[in-house]
Amino acid sequence: MNASEPSFLKGLDYSVVQQCMHCGMCLPTCPTYDATKLERHSPRGRISLMRAIADDRLEASKTFAEEMYFCLGCLACVTACPAGVNYAELFENARAEVEARGLLDSPRRNAIRAFTVKWLFMDHRRLTAVGRAMRLYQELGLQQVVRKSGVLNLLPRRLRELEAMTPPVQSRFSNELIAAVTPAIGVRRFTVAVLTGCAQDLIFSNVNLDTVEVLARNGCEVHTPPDQPCCGSLHAHNGEWALAQQLARRMIDCLPPEKFDAIISNAGGCGSHLKHYSKLLEKDPAYAERAKIWDRKLKDIHEFIVGVGFQAPAATGRPAVRVTYHESCHLSHGQKIVNQPRQILKSIPGLECVELPEATWCCGSAGIYNLTQPEMAGQLLERKIRNIRSTGARVVATANPGCLLQLINGCRDEGLEIRVAHPVTLLAEAYRDGK
Amino acid sequence: MALTENILRRVREIVGRDHVLTSREDLIPYSFDGTAALQSLPDAVAFARTTHEVAAVLRLANETGTPIVTRGSGTGLSGGSLPSPGALILCLAKMDRIIEVDAANLTLLAESGVTTVNIADAASAAGLFYPPDPGSMKISTIGGNVAENSGGLRGLKYGITRNYVMGLEVVLPDGEVLWTGNKCVKDVAGYSLRDLFVGSEGTLGVITRVLLKLLPRPAAKKTLVATFDQMDKAAQTVSDIIAAKIIPCTLEFLDRTTIRCVEDFAKVGLPLDCEALLLMETDGHPAAVEEEAAQMEACARANGAMDVRIAKDEAEGNRLAAARRSAFSALARVAPTTILEDATVPRSELARMIRFVDQVARKYRLRVGTFGHMGDGNLHPTFLTDERNHAEMERVHEAFKEIFDEAIRLGGTITGEHGVGVAKKGFLPKFAGDASMRVMRELRRALDPRGILNPGKMFD
Repeated sequence: MNASEPSFLKGLDYSVVQQCMHCGMCLPTCPTYDATKLERHSPRGRISLMRAIADDRLEASKTFAEEMYFCLGCLACVTACPAGVNYAELFENARAEVEARGLLDSPRRNAIRAFTVKWLFMDHRRLTAVGRAMRLYQELGLQQVVRKSGVLNLLPRRLRELEAMTPPVQSRFSNELIAAVTPAIGVRRFTVAVLTGCAQDLIFSNVNLDTVEVLARNGCEVHTPPDQPCCGSLHAHNGEWALAQQLARRMIDCLPPEKFDAIISNAGGCGSHLKHYSKLLEKDPAYAERAKIWDRKLKDIHEFIVGVGFQAPAATGRPAVRVTYHESCHLSHGQKIVNQPRQILKSIPGLECVELPEATWCCGSAGIYNLTQPEMAGQLLERKIRNIRSTGARVVATANPGCLLQLINGCRDEGLEIRVAHPVTLLAEAYRDGK
Repeated sequence: MALTENILRRVREIVGRDHVLTSREDLIPYSFDGTAALQSLPDAVAFARTTHEVAAVLRLANETGTPIVTRGSGTGLSGGSLPSPGALILCLAKMDRIIEVDAANLTLLAESGVTTVNIADAASAAGLFYPPDPGSMKISTIGGNVAENSGGLRGLKYGITRNYVMGLEVVLPDGEVLWTGNKCVKDVAGYSLRDLFVGSEGTLGVITRVLLKLLPRPAAKKTLVATFDQMDKAAQTVSDIIAAKIIPCTLEFLDRTTIRCVEDFAKVGLPLDCEALLLMETDGHPAAVEEEAAQMEACARANGAMDVRIAKDEAEGNRLAAARRSAFSALARVAPTTILEDATVPRSELARMIRFVDQVARKYRLRVGTFGHMGDGNLHPTFLTDERNHAEMERVHEAFKEIFDEAIRLGGTITGEHGVGVAKKGFLPKFAGDASMRVMRELRRALDPRGILNPGKMFD
């Protein structure tokens, strides 16, 4: 970005920048402040830096850029903020500023971003192809061979850790598992669309299948068009606004909101972004109005089925299993969906629900944060696993693919025999059991 | 005088180089506290982790004439921890150990960076009770509470921070470490230096350890919310409750504007159709609590309350109190700059003072949200403005002058619990009078002859 181009932070409505009255109520809920006790790593500290840039009291520097990427974007501060500061908007604009100015540019980072954010996650077919390649690597036992061979020891430590984190890819993706239209079971009450996601589709396509089944059993005709684009939350959270806008338009074209009673997301992080397309496209005359309709119809799966009333599963007489619930940050802080997943879990016979201490504290997944900031992410995961262990639960429910993956890795590393599952999966299983 | 590289090098030697901040990106987040419209960049920030380190930093500062501003979590509301020009911020947030809970003597010893909520939780875990609960208690530090002599929602029955300080460890400006007080309930040996340091706003010494008094935890508690169509009726209810010889632990009020903002944030089901809301809490022996709650309800109804709601359990009561604590910040929902004051009057004058605030707001064409501690006369008129509107900010200033004058005229004070700091410095001489000002100046000079501690705060 050269000096004549508009700055994202300076271009913001000043009232958004000014809304923070630095009372400090956000500090105790911020994981990075809690870990460091440094104001720079706190919400009000970060906002003071953004405001200083908007006021021309600070140059957008590399240090500022690194700070914006040290923030998890968990939005716990938004829940804590009595003044109603729109931190999500500030944060996304700050990261967009960082990217537009190229403050963190390096050949390696640029290459990784060009491959992932700008290429891989821009097209579902590319993602599927990469997914299949990974599946093959895992399926043919190559992964086992490679892991045992010690070849990995030749890699830098960071890459070795990344290899260990690669999730098992599903053998079939959503478009092979789920029909484009699934009829309602019984009387049709609603016509809905289900978003199958990108990472979710590769690693947790079973959650998509369970979502469709749960909706069908509750009177929904479910539309699941194949080859849906990524929702763009990855791009918006990582400073690529133009790409996020492009994906939002494609998504609206793929699932015209006028056609459905509701559009359902089952991923906390995606849902939180998907509900704000109208903001993203407010200056696009062709899409602004449709984006408003989109926002109104976009519902989280828990929000939707609890809202319209869902059928409680029948009792099975199985021994009780203790379950606890970890709140995805963007489901609880971003979408304020707090009680509905718990209501669903409590409706399932044979589940003994116990509260997880610090249920709303970030697990460190935070989109791709566990890849970009492994140290802080590791600390948070350790804390989360400690809390999970304290409940004595055999099952942890959570409603976001990033959290699911993070907790699966965390439990495995600790040698814990704990199942990690989406609440909707548990509900779908209960329906099948109770048949 | 700006901090020289030589001084910084020595500070790094004392606390370790990782515990000194000097980059602009690190300093801007320390250029303010919780007070609106005050900002000043420090020269550096240092984190001390032991009393020894604090003493070494102060010795150095005294030797070199370096201004020191002590800071905890930076939630103060009078600019007490706002950086003075050229200052080194001495942050104690990392001195956060609870050293001892003594159930036999009902005391708690903690380092000054422990948060108020952690003090309250540690007491509670031992079946005990630390009553002071300032609005920022989730993050404010106990050292900051003592230095500012913070109040809270329970002042009426339980008093304020001062009433719970039994002893202090203080580092004097020349680096000498002083202990004052002990675990004895009775102790009349010499001047009560402890009381001198409580509320000294970082001008006389740096508080590093605090010995606190605890109480047995009350066995029962009941929370009521009463709504009124006129503020006067709420005020009369409070007067009637006091006249009935009841001392509830909390008697808080919110006006219409504040109720809306608080409900918008906390969503605890506050009624929006009223002019005034009273949050009342009684605690103690279960039978007494039942009886007092019934009497308080009767008082409210006798004064024409629109509705009286009783919290169904302690959790709901806690949610209501937490919502009330958010009032100041929640008012920022309707205006970018919220200028909050804490003029306080004898409680018999409270209704009159509330009416006066309204008149002043009208006179200066200002929006105001008023809330506060009706039981102890501590009022929080909060002007809702925009710091970029200089003409309006000028009117806010004029309005506060009138409010402070009226508070003094009614036998009240310019600050009930936030402190003087920078915000009320100009009003202190008139309130305190010449003799008090002279004694305060001489005391400060005696303890801090080189004037290194929080210069420019409270008075010059």
